Amino acid sequence: MSSLSETAHGPGAHPPVLRHHFESLLNQKESSLLGMWVFIAQEILFFGGMLTAYTIYRNLYYEGFAAGSHHLDVTLGTVNTAVLICSSLTMALGVHAAALGKRKMTVLFLLLTIALGSVFLGIKVVEYADKFHHHLVPGPGFSAESLRDAHGQPVLDGSDTARHAQMFFALYFSLTGLHALHMIIGIPIIAWMARAASQGRFGPVYYTPVEITGLYWHFVDIVWIFLFPLLYLIPHHA
Amino acid sequence: MSTHTGGTPEPYGRPGAPPPPPEPPPQPLRESVNYLNVSYGVKSWLLTTDHKRIALLYLASITVMFAIGGVFATLIRLELITPQGDMVQSETYNKLFTMHGVVMVFFFLIPSIPATLGNFLIPIMIGAKDLAFPRINLLSWYIYMLGASFTMYAMVTGGVDTGWTFYVPYSTHYSNTHVIATGLGIFITGFSSILTGLNFIVTTHKMRAPGLTWSRLPLFVWAHYATSLIMILGTPVIAVTILMVALERGLHLGIFDPALGGDPILFQHLFWFYSHPAVYIMILPAMGVISELVQGMSRKRVFGYNFIAVSSLAIAILGFLVWGHHMFVSGQSTYAGLVFSGLSYLVAIPSAIKVFNWTATLYKASISLDTPMLYAIGFIGLFTIGGLTGLFLAALGLNVHVTDTYFVVAHFHYIMVGGAIMGYLGGLHYWWPKISGRLYPEGWGRVAAIIIFVGFNLTFFPQFILGYLGMPRRYHYYPEEFQILHVMSSAGASILAVGYLLPLAYLAWSMRYGRRAGPNPWDARGLEWEIASPPPTENFLVQPVVTDKTYEYGAEEDAAIV
Amino acid sequence: MPEHAQAGHAGAAPAHDHVVPVSTYVMVFLALMVGTGLTVAASYVDLGIWNTPVAMLIAVTKACLVVLFFMHLKYSPKLLWVWVGAAIFFLAQLIVGVGADYLARVFLNLGNPGT
Repeated sequence: MSSLSETAHGPGAHPPVLRHHFESLLNQKESSLLGMWVFIAQEILFFGGMLTAYTIYRNLYYEGFAAGSHHLDVTLGTVNTAVLICSSLTMALGVHAAALGKRKMTVLFLLLTIALGSVFLGIKVVEYADKFHHHLVPGPGFSAESLRDAHGQPVLDGSDTARHAQMFFALYFSLTGLHALHMIIGIPIIAWMARAASQGRFGPVYYTPVEITGLYWHFVDIVWIFLFPLLYLIPHHA
Repeated sequence: MSTHTGGTPEPYGRPGAPPPPPEPPPQPLRESVNYLNVSYGVKSWLLTTDHKRIALLYLASITVMFAIGGVFATLIRLELITPQGDMVQSETYNKLFTMHGVVMVFFFLIPSIPATLGNFLIPIMIGAKDLAFPRINLLSWYIYMLGASFTMYAMVTGGVDTGWTFYVPYSTHYSNTHVIATGLGIFITGFSSILTGLNFIVTTHKMRAPGLTWSRLPLFVWAHYATSLIMILGTPVIAVTILMVALERGLHLGIFDPALGGDPILFQHLFWFYSHPAVYIMILPAMGVISELVQGMSRKRVFGYNFIAVSSLAIAILGFLVWGHHMFVSGQSTYAGLVFSGLSYLVAIPSAIKVFNWTATLYKASISLDTPMLYAIGFIGLFTIGGLTGLFLAALGLNVHVTDTYFVVAHFHYIMVGGAIMGYLGGLHYWWPKISGRLYPEGWGRVAAIIIFVGFNLTFFPQFILGYLGMPRRYHYYPEEFQILHVMSSAGASILAVGYLLPLAYLAWSMRYGRRAGPNPWDARGLEWEIASPPPTENFLVQPVVTDKTYEYGAEEDAAIV
Repeated sequence: MPEHAQAGHAGAAPAHDHVVPVSTYVMVFLALMVGTGLTVAASYVDLGIWNTPVAMLIAVTKACLVVLFFMHLKYSPKLLWVWVGAAIFFLAQLIVGVGADYLARVFLNLGNPGT
């Protein structure tokens, strides 16, 4: 534990959640929020590096990317997008409840967020399984047979379109995998918040941990808001 | 700091009073309670959240990593004494220069000043008790150790031979070495860097003492703020790029695979987008140190404070626009090359402004040629040479001639070793009394500084000539006519090694046997010189309130402690 | 900034905290759903080269709604706006800078070394 305290505390000298190196709860809260936003800025660049690769290759290899994208299940993708947006709503409502000190509502909304996030991941598993089934996982076993080009014709293995479609799937797995990893990390953190909330740790005076967890979760939602059209909705050009 | 006074307490001297208690034996001069002696034991260090102790944890770690990188450098310079590749095989030599680069860049230079001096000084310089997130600070050290462990594992089980630049498709397809393990080590350590930068940014925004406006911040803090910007915005890009290399190598997700249409030049774009700003992560903190040394050791306010502060930000921002100057001959578009060349000239300007301002500060100042000042002067000279040769390299035509030769090697060593490491050592000496509470032996300090300066120039100046004459980098055999220059360089390296070992020895010695230091041995200005050496755990017993400009060497004190 | 006294304000958020009403959250949620439907629908319409910009515009709008309302940026200090702006700016610069090389080298076939 920090050995920062030399002065004894009188009873009620300050809220116990105030850490000693901060001058006030407000200072602590503002610092925590700034810290999370700075972290999110870093995350924007993190996904951004991969999105740069995606942007370059999509413009270079449009047909292959369109063929790959056409195989993705738009219905599942749309459902997933809706699920994640719902989880963003429940997360925001959870933060709202924590700020008002409503213990049960906080726990409820956080648990709902976890449930919706898990549904998202479940659907992703289904989608990944489909790719495995259709030999669309990049590597030696990749086959473009199940893909259709702009004219509805099967893509021939060994053609440029096939090679570029494999590139599309390399980026598809990398991007969605990285996104899913962020969700897999986020869900236990939300669970931890739910547990702390159930113990009555949060109220109007102090709900910062829930708030910054919410910031993280909303960011993960935003990444998907971009990934969905970029990956699932590449229209074939006539 | 208290001393025991003898003498009979008053009540016992009156008639009829009880006899006085026996005099206690004379006590030796007692140390005050400070951050070093407030608690003992391994747990108190490994679980500390005190930014000063964490700085020392980092100091120990990066010293070890520097030694490891130095071992690789020694082997390289030994091999290069003879024109034949006779000491090691080519594959082994590839591993030597790769590991030297990886260890020195990612595990020594990038964390060096920020994680040691930055961690120690920034809260003190802004009048705070600690950084904004002390536990994250400790976490960042553990993450650093984890990343270092991965890389060490890769080293002892066979090493990596791709060059520290990991160019594809060699690193993704053809290398048979531990690319993923090393890459993972760098990826993990990148997060240590990000967390440090995050801590510094929030600390600088939110934890400044009352009255400490941005325009009164010490230049050391400005430099670290600019460095932190780069850490936050740049490191994630290399992290994700290394991740993509690992995914391609391990899971066949061939993002850079030419067979799928992948472009090796894209890797270079993404790699250098971080790795060029990374060199500013390595030099900006050293520049911050030099700003402090120059004013402290010449007892004069830094000339052009505003310009130096803004130039730090300018370097950080412009540094993100010039990465293509590492790729002039890679196959990128010549028009892109033109733009990058022009911007590279632009980014030299803020650095030059700093050099002019430091020199102007020294003019008509009362300079004391103690060890820190020797390092500062060495920095100014050697960084100037390194920076100017950077301009040579930024010129497209000349770059084609000297690219991938020892000219480039000499250029970046002048900046990294002649610049950054001298800044680091200078800072270490300048603040050593504050950190350890002891004075290092000044004579040895000066001797070591001079040995380092001589050894450094003997090592790296011949390399400019070698490169210009055509000696390629990363080769361990070469034409006979280059031998004399290589021998000079290796001789210089041996002198440099002695120079580096000396501070290791006498600084360690001083921790036990050095004379105790007072709060302000240099009579410099700054909040760090207002508190005891070593400081108490919470730095300030009373919250300081800043009322004067920084570096006020007038008749009044700089900061009034209320 | 002075600390606000909590006594006597039990159950209420501190004065400096803007508590967003639930109705705002629900409206943003509905807007996001509509945006999702729009972006799917637009992808089935052949807009030529405008498909991608339209999709990105919708995505950016949705992202802005999340950032401003769910993440409270609208009610946050300017400093946070600067940070978000900086991250977006540098990401844009990464994509534009790298893209410019490909634009010149591949699409416009300009300035290829050796030509």
